[in-house]
Amino acid sequence: MSEIKVKDKEIVVPGETLAIGMDYLPSHWTYREKDKILASRLGLVVIEGKVLKLVPLSGVYLPKRGDTIIGQVTEILLSGWRIDTNSAYSAVMNMKDATSEFIARGADLTKYFDIGDWVMVKIINVTSQNLVDVTMKGPGLRKLKGGRIVHVNTHKVPRIIGKQGSMVSMIKQYTNCRILVGQNGVVWISGDDPAQELLTVNTIKKIENEAHLAGLTDRVHSYLEKRKMPHSGRNIHETDMPDVQYSEQE
Amino acid sequence: MTYEKRSDGRRFDELRPIAAKVGVIPRAVGSAWFKIGKTEAYAAVYGPREMYPKFLQDPLKGCLRCHYNMMPFSGSGERVRPGSNRRSKEISLVMERALRPVVDLSQFPNAVVDVFVELPQTDAGTRCAGICAASMALADAGIPMRDLVCAVSAGKVEDKIILDLMYDEDSAEEGVDIPIAMLANSKEISLLQMDGMITKKDLMKAIDLAKKAVDEICDVQKTALKERFNVAEH
Repeated sequence: MSEIKVKDKEIVVPGETLAIGMDYLPSHWTYREKDKILASRLGLVVIEGKVLKLVPLSGVYLPKRGDTIIGQVTEILLSGWRIDTNSAYSAVMNMKDATSEFIARGADLTKYFDIGDWVMVKIINVTSQNLVDVTMKGPGLRKLKGGRIVHVNTHKVPRIIGKQGSMVSMIKQYTNCRILVGQNGVVWISGDDPAQELLTVNTIKKIENEAHLAGLTDRVHSYLEKRKMPHSGRNIHETDMPDVQYSEQE
Repeated sequence: MTYEKRSDGRRFDELRPIAAKVGVIPRAVGSAWFKIGKTEAYAAVYGPREMYPKFLQDPLKGCLRCHYNMMPFSGSGERVRPGSNRRSKEISLVMERALRPVVDLSQFPNAVVDVFVELPQTDAGTRCAGICAASMALADAGIPMRDLVCAVSAGKVEDKIILDLMYDEDSAEEGVDIPIAMLANSKEISLLQMDGMITKKDLMKAIDLAKKAVDEICDVQKTALKERFNVAEH
């Protein structure tokens, strides 16, 4: 006797009725009130059998354990560094999570990371009060030297990365730039040619704007195909640094 | 004396023309514009972000902080001292309380969600327009909410119970102005203020008028929120 009120992939607003009847189950960002299932934020409906959930489209980042993020060092602490995570909560990177080098008591910590440095780190713990611990021990986690930073909507990050990193590798191929994407919506781009870097920035902005529309990969492909430039010099991403392993989100 | 005809020719239970748009302020996390008649409100939402000053932090849940401001040139054109005053502080507070029941900030301890409402043009019903805009902006900012909030004013001029007062009605002698905010689904009242004297019977009539109008306002809000994602913005 249950009735579903929305189509799959439809955009719903808070308080909108998704289904009536007890046959459907509320999941992420939906709630039940009597026999109705309602949306509890702005998002895209995903119907998985009898389970209804929302995929958020907007909002700021909220730190989550296991996320790889790009942050900026904002403060030197007694035994580590405070890192801005582009969210309401800053993170702490302890000395022992930062480097395997021996750091003597009273050493000048700015030698390792100074205020203003950008770092790619992984969240190891988030407490109930949203105190965040991060580490730099892991594949691809490091200090980011040079390059430029772009901020994007954190909910669009899975689209920028693509399935098994397909989207980001496509951009890398066309623009010959190094790209690192943090779950918190901070993207680091570095290339030899500023024009190529700019193309990368524009491509990422395009993905961000059109992330929720179908046929994204094809559109980005033709966008890059139209604007591709001859590679200047060496091929960047063949040569250095191990890439971060991108896994598909959710 | 009886009130025969409204100066803009509306029926007594008719809203002024409404328009709304979401995502009008690119740098804000969420934003909205709401226009009802000549009253226009912009709302911008920032956060959840770190709460300063720190002593205002709540370790159990996030805070909601509203800021209401009528621009100095927004009214009849007479010089108004810019910045906050007693009236705007009060309205900021009641707006926060009107929105509080729908937002769920339990995930954001020690953080704050800031809502800024600016009114570039006013013709009565500013707090209602502000609440409508703020509710859309909060949804646009991805804040967990169980419902939208819609607000409209009702009242009485002479012998008529009327909906959505304009300034000349609001300021009429013996006129009664009742701003009402309701949750869109449950029609629970989250704001009810009154300026003037009214009987209980007439008050109930006024609330009923507002209740009917809320659905109309809610439709406009919903459409505006959905339209934000229909076309790729640039």
